[in-house]
Amino acid sequence: MTTAWVTIAVLTVGTVAIKATGPVALGGRELPPRLAGVVTRLAPALLSALVVVETFGRDHALGVNESAAGLLAAALALAARLPIVVVVVIAAAVTAGLRAL
Amino acid sequence: MTQMREGFKAGLAFTIPTFALGASFGVLAEPRMGAAAAIVMSVVVFAGAAQFASVSVLAAGGGVASAVTAGLLINARFLPMGLALAPALRGGPLRRAAEGQAMVDASWALANRGDGRFDRDVMIGATIPQAACWWTGTALGALGGSLIGDPQALGLDAMFPAFYLALLVGEMDLRQTFASALLGAAIALCLVPFAPPGIPVVAASAAALLGLWER
Repeated sequence: MTTAWVTIAVLTVGTVAIKATGPVALGGRELPPRLAGVVTRLAPALLSALVVVETFGRDHALGVNESAAGLLAAALALAARLPIVVVVVIAAAVTAGLRAL
Repeated sequence: MTQMREGFKAGLAFTIPTFALGASFGVLAEPRMGAAAAIVMSVVVFAGAAQFASVSVLAAGGGVASAVTAGLLINARFLPMGLALAPALRGGPLRRAAEGQAMVDASWALANRGDGRFDRDVMIGATIPQAACWWTGTALGALGGSLIGDPQALGLDAMFPAFYLALLVGEMDLRQTFASALLGAAIALCLVPFAPPGIPVVAASAAALLGLWER
């Protein structure tokens, strides 16, 4: 039980420090214009990595399960321009449906 | 203030997946650390993926050092994200550090205006409903897990990839960003079998360096 509380405390301090580093180190300075193009591309690079790692990443391996079908359903729902809430619910419903089979 | 309201509204779209994921976390964490610790963790650590990673290490019998390392590696992406966000924040070092804590993936992406600039008010506004759902979701999962059942069976793990995909599609208005998205996914997938969890996503941020060459 103590292990859990110590983990929580240290992880909190570390996370706060990580989130504060950029804002404090850069202060209010603008990034050099040359870096603006890099910043613009940071979100797509990180988001697509999160999508594939959360869908196909296992513990030190890649794998496919029912959530891949959920992701595909979400992509179709996005192509149909459905609202994000609906897209997310469809992904869960398709995944749950396949698991119930 | 209108920007903050706009961010709040945009953040409302993420309340369902955030609540569901918070409940999954509560269900998973309660047997390992007790309900109180699970809820406190969601309030003070406030970073979903890192919390899951740390609790999984503890559940597998790992010690404090490995549990903390797992969580911090997952959160390392907030370093480049914080550098990108920094010019949008206000005030002295303490206030900037505090405002930076409102950074969560969805809010950060929503606050991205697409020209390399970020909107502080949109980010903070979008984080408010997500924080409320993350905390109440965790509490529900930790205290009433038996009412929810198995989060896997409900397909809740499919919600977050779907939600990141929706954010990604919103970023896809530029052809140049498409190349970075593909490269980022490729880097991450290649690293998953070899690198510790968290590192593949951090390394994917290198795909943004394409911006140095393209205009």
